[in-house]
Amino acid sequence: MDLKQLYQDIILEHGKSPRNFGICNEYTHEAKGHNPLCGDQVEVYLKLNKESKVENLTFKGSGCAISIASTSIMTELVKGKSIEKAKKLVVDFLNMIKNGTIIKSDELDEDQKTKMMSLSGVKQYPMRVKCATLAWHTLTSAMEGNKEKVNTEVLD
Amino acid sequence: MDINSIRSQFPILSKKINGKQLVYLDSSNSSQKPLNVLNSLDYFYKNEFSNIGRSIHSLAVNATNKFEETRISVKNFINANSKEEIIFTKNATESINLIATTFGQMSIKKGDEILITELEHHSNYVPWHYLRETRGAIIKFAPINDDGDIIIEKFKELITSKTKIIAVTHLSNVTGTIVPIKEIVEIARKKNIPVLVDGCQSAPHIKIDVKDLDCDFYAISCHKVYGPTGVGILYAKKKWLEKLPPYNGGGGMISEVNKNQITYAPLPEKYEAGTMPTAEVVAFNESIKFMQSIGIDNIIKHENELTNYTLEKLKKINSVNIVGNPRNKAGVISFTIKGIHPHDISTIVDEEGVAIRAGHHCCQILHKRLNLNATARASIGVYNTKEDIDVLCDAIKNCRKIFELK
Repeated sequence: MDLKQLYQDIILEHGKSPRNFGICNEYTHEAKGHNPLCGDQVEVYLKLNKESKVENLTFKGSGCAISIASTSIMTELVKGKSIEKAKKLVVDFLNMIKNGTIIKSDELDEDQKTKMMSLSGVKQYPMRVKCATLAWHTLTSAMEGNKEKVNTEVLD
Repeated sequence: MDINSIRSQFPILSKKINGKQLVYLDSSNSSQKPLNVLNSLDYFYKNEFSNIGRSIHSLAVNATNKFEETRISVKNFINANSKEEIIFTKNATESINLIATTFGQMSIKKGDEILITELEHHSNYVPWHYLRETRGAIIKFAPINDDGDIIIEKFKELITSKTKIIAVTHLSNVTGTIVPIKEIVEIARKKNIPVLVDGCQSAPHIKIDVKDLDCDFYAISCHKVYGPTGVGILYAKKKWLEKLPPYNGGGGMISEVNKNQITYAPLPEKYEAGTMPTAEVVAFNESIKFMQSIGIDNIIKHENELTNYTLEKLKKINSVNIVGNPRNKAGVISFTIKGIHPHDISTIVDEEGVAIRAGHHCCQILHKRLNLNATARASIGVYNTKEDIDVLCDAIKNCRKIFELK
């Protein structure tokens, strides 16, 4: 295990200065998530336009560098995508974290793929996987209009 | 006190974690186990195992005797009046649940009040919460100050004619606060209110004398006292155990069973239904012997020195903030580092072989009171050394390097 694989510069940078932080105007979907084991909290705010495209995606919350960076990177990657493509990105991300699958999505350019792959080191740290996945599960919950708070302890 | 000889009794301390020598600073979570305890488990299962209290054969008689020897050791260890006051449970959590449930059944009505404090571990809050849900009890939280000390004046003010029981920790698992139990019991005595003490953290680190404390109930988890998992202790004054209803029903806790009537076994068996963790209870006797071989006064002196050393060293590292500053503090040191989340701290120091805990330590009420989401916690056991603390501090400096903090 190598700490540098986990704490890559891009993660530390997003952890320190998260993008799309706050509550966006006229959001159409929202969801809350938390990790009861560590107390991490996240709220995701999503604005879908008439064409079912993610016009805006922001978040609020507190957590470790991994969790904040993962959420911040997620908002950047998902913004501008159609809801179907956003859902596919969530699946790709979770596959990468859990199974080590390499991101091949046509929806992302090389820079974006690098960004997403920067979180792949988390797979080597089983106790930290939920830090990285919380926001993505919460995004799914927002897109599907679930009212219940996402709880990492009842997810697979 | 010969620290090298103590350390040599803990085989796990010579293990390597991530290629580095293990530095175990998570004893508040659970302590490591000395060889005499491990050998006892092994020996008992290989040579002496049998269920206790039921059969007449020689193995059963011997196992029963060994089991009861631990009860007497525990009685002496905490200075209880009689062995009937010592009940074996699964852990301190179960000990507290036992009292909350049985005391609740007997004495709690709608509107009755239970007084606890903001320091409590979830295990000394949630069992009382059940009484709020099932019986309409009211739970009051005695406030603490920013140092992590209970504000005794406020505590007194919260006692009313409806206060039915007081439940308080002896030693905070976050701030290390040693709570003045004697003072609290004296206040409670004047109003005739029973006091339950959560002694989970205190038992391995300070002298426990239940006669001197005069508390009604005292809960201990043996796995934190250099003992095996799966065993806890409930001390309760005999008058309570005689009066309270039984808890778990089953074999071993009955006297006579008829289709329309059951009578219960005398103390302490009344509260020990089903097969107990026999080998583990027997092995816990060795944990007490281990502590006695060092001497509780020597343990306290060593851990106090180490606590002060840790506090001094941590305070010298920029942006480290120690949580709480209680008047009397044991070796539980929670801290935060500005700009680094406790989970990141824990992962990074783990890479250096250092085991600490990060999170809310089952104390969400306390963390909310202190406006913290999570903290990192280094907690000391009798086997820790200044060198352990030096490794921790170097590892913390590595966190700051990775996060580029100046």
